[in-house]
Amino acid sequence: MPKDHGIGASSKRREDERFLTGVGNYTDDINLRGQAYVHFLRSDVAHGKINKVDTSAAEAMPGVVRIFTGADFDGVGGLPCGWQVTDKHGQPMQEPAHPVLAQGKVRHVGDPIAAVVAETAAKARDAAEAIEYDIDELPAVIDMKKAVQPDAPKVHDDLESNLCYDWGFVEENKPAVDEAFEKAAHVTTLELVNNRLIANPMEPRVAVGDYARATDESTLYTTSQNPHVIRLLMGAFVLGIPEHKLRVVAPDVGGGFGTKIFHYAEEAFCTFAARALARPVKWTASRSEAFMSDAHGRDHVTKIELALDADNNFTALRTDTYANMGAYLSTFAPSVPTWLHGTLMAGNYKTPLIYVNVKAVFTNTVPVDAYRGAGRPEATFQLERVIDKAAIELGVDPIELRRKNFITEFPYETPVAVAYDTGDYHATMDKLEEIADLSGFEARRKESAARGRLRGLGVNTYIEACGIAPSNLVGQLGARAGLYESATVRVNATGSISVMTGSHSHGQGHETAFPQVVADMLGIDESMIDIVHGDTARVPMGMGTYGSRSLAVGGSAMVRATEKVINKAKKIAAHLMEASEADIELKDGQFTVAGTDKSVAWGDVTLAAYVPHNYPLEDIEPGLEETAFYDPSNFTYPSGAYACEVEVDPETGKVTIERFAAADDFGNIINPMIVDGQVHGGIGQGIGQALLEGCAYDENGQLITGSYMDYAMPRADDVPFYQVDHSCQTPCTHNPLGVKGCGEAGAIGSPPAVVNAVVNALRSGGHDLTHIDMPLSPSRVWQAMNA
Amino acid sequence: MPEVTMTVNGKPASGEVEGRTLLVQFLREDLNLTGTHVGCDTSQCGACVVHVDGQAVKACTMLAAEADGAEVTTIEGMAAPDGTLDRVQEAFKEHHGLQCGFCTPGMVMSAAALLRDTPKPTEAEVREYLEGNICRCTGYHNIVKAIMAASGQEVSALAAE
Repeated sequence: MPKDHGIGASSKRREDERFLTGVGNYTDDINLRGQAYVHFLRSDVAHGKINKVDTSAAEAMPGVVRIFTGADFDGVGGLPCGWQVTDKHGQPMQEPAHPVLAQGKVRHVGDPIAAVVAETAAKARDAAEAIEYDIDELPAVIDMKKAVQPDAPKVHDDLESNLCYDWGFVEENKPAVDEAFEKAAHVTTLELVNNRLIANPMEPRVAVGDYARATDESTLYTTSQNPHVIRLLMGAFVLGIPEHKLRVVAPDVGGGFGTKIFHYAEEAFCTFAARALARPVKWTASRSEAFMSDAHGRDHVTKIELALDADNNFTALRTDTYANMGAYLSTFAPSVPTWLHGTLMAGNYKTPLIYVNVKAVFTNTVPVDAYRGAGRPEATFQLERVIDKAAIELGVDPIELRRKNFITEFPYETPVAVAYDTGDYHATMDKLEEIADLSGFEARRKESAARGRLRGLGVNTYIEACGIAPSNLVGQLGARAGLYESATVRVNATGSISVMTGSHSHGQGHETAFPQVVADMLGIDESMIDIVHGDTARVPMGMGTYGSRSLAVGGSAMVRATEKVINKAKKIAAHLMEASEADIELKDGQFTVAGTDKSVAWGDVTLAAYVPHNYPLEDIEPGLEETAFYDPSNFTYPSGAYACEVEVDPETGKVTIERFAAADDFGNIINPMIVDGQVHGGIGQGIGQALLEGCAYDENGQLITGSYMDYAMPRADDVPFYQVDHSCQTPCTHNPLGVKGCGEAGAIGSPPAVVNAVVNALRSGGHDLTHIDMPLSPSRVWQAMNA
Repeated sequence: MPEVTMTVNGKPASGEVEGRTLLVQFLREDLNLTGTHVGCDTSQCGACVVHVDGQAVKACTMLAAEADGAEVTTIEGMAAPDGTLDRVQEAFKEHHGLQCGFCTPGMVMSAAALLRDTPKPTEAEVREYLEGNICRCTGYHNIVKAIMAASGQEVSALAAE
């Protein structure tokens, strides 16, 4: 029987009630008395020198409060980068300034030039159109390989070049890797593009700045995955406001997928302007603005080589990647193609020698940073594609080639600096073969052929490093932050509980799943526990939600704080029952003295903590509230095997996803319903990347895909029902819940399955090809068939 | 500025609006019915779907003035006065058809309109009908499942999990 409460139960989501009845509280639903509205005038050229910005005519427009330009931010800090990568020569990356409003130059379409504050949003927009500005358009650099040529125009005149860093990993291994390639029995080489994507959470970004003159306190309401990170970055590096005078609130947030991690100019602007004007200032992005100002994702160009011996054992792997940073360094951008990508290149395989080279490049495009999976999808895609190509070249079964090279003993130290604690890759592949009914594929292929369709099967595995991350490790790797998480468990006198967590829920269902854990530990009803998140004034310092870390890191902090609560509650119970603390047991919300029939209820103990008439005041303080900070000792390593079946219409090149199956190992599971949903969503985004989505710039840096008219978001009729399974569970060995995280797996594991399937389909139709770059649009597939 | 008067969720509502004011702006900003969301500016995401005189309409494609005299139902008007959820709302909760909740009001309003016109839609009919509603969280799996369940169809065998 499935559990009906606590850990392992598919408890229905309590947040659904407000979302389904229209009473959620998203940032754009917040309106403060006396608020003014901002409209940003944004650059319509990719690269240019600002000669003049004349706001005088616009200032005279009705309802205009004030217009700000880059000059208003002289002496104000720029937007900081939170991660410093060291290049292969031991030198720090090139790190350009990133002003809140453009100063001197504009560097991408969408770069903000001026900000109009007016009484209404419409008046702000009208006035922005009246700003007279003169920009000399300069040649733009868009293509990464051209950008690093010596004669390329420079995005930042004060930097030596457009090369942010040239990173080698592990640099000392390179000679041994090169030697292994010379000795290889077979080498498979693949050049590919990991297409640039736009995260597109359905809620556009919003910022509302507020300022209280009486207390000199600033408040920012913002669409963020990590309000404390925004408070730290904006307060310390941009505006110089100490933490105790700055509150950041991220209320209901309508999806994040990475792009709401970062600190953005609009947040700093609204906070700054609210102080300058002493009134609330609100900005709501249009979707078009989101396309040209939200950090983009992916955008790698890679050459990968796989060396095999005569028995088809992988002997070495070598990659050469260009990674687009865009025009400025977004908050965590440098870490994505390096530490979130290079460290994953071993995948599920015991390849002994690996060398990864990444050149990060500035271009006149929107900054690029983490998007669901962040570096790990890029690693998985190239690895799983080159393995499929090797199987084709060697004439072997692609699943057998993978199985032959699977890591089977744990813990396993990879040659790329991480140690997998647990996993069972054969088990997830076995489960996949079962749930995807791979043995029935040939019959389905015949049936498709009878209808004139080419059917293909694509299979791959993935591994990810998540539960980000041990602070001492990421500090060595260049992170300018710690990556612990916090929790306060506040038990009230009547026994109800508020759990303050530093992680943030923007669709993941923390309000439901987290109480399941605490309820399980205390043996009380889930409904007695509420989760508080997203407000720096109510929650201890936490690092937020990304990298599938909320349960593995934030949940662990919650467990530690609850353990402290239990320890103290047992002391109180022992006093109440005049027993030894060592004899106290807690079960189903009752404290008992072992071996006796004495008991006191949870509520008796919590009441005694706050009404301490009969209480061991000489030993312990009144009250029952505990805080814990948890810093993990390792990443967690979810893994799995995915299968996709497609049909290709040979007349049009249109690809249809017929079946999709995912067998994941997430370790222990708290709420299976929510986990299913996370995987579904990740697969949906992965299919979007594989078939539909691609952010395009023209050679002048104009954003071609600037709205939903041009950027193909997956719709309901682009995807099938998915078959998902997470019954293979090798619990994480180093966190108290044994959990690994499930938020990004679907987006990491699915793109190679789709592309492998399409290549397989086309080869079955006699087309001798081994790769097509994503997105596999009908025109690309048709052209590949007819090349 | 012209005055508009309409019935929203069974109650009279009126206000002065600029000619360019969209219905969705009137609902959100003048009537404080913030359940209807704005997710794009090209009338494609469907987060703003409401019912106008019984038809599902993207409230960003209609001026407030055009809705003068109309009967409008928003997500706030879907549950019964005692709080009992509508069958579509209930099915979305039961089948985890929402995550971040931002597209949800539009999804629920579209689904309700579909089921009124097509009481027992096939999976393909549901997917095709949702062409104008974008969700980024769910991969649509549980949305389609919830809508079919709301229509009274058995969904447990649609895709085992």
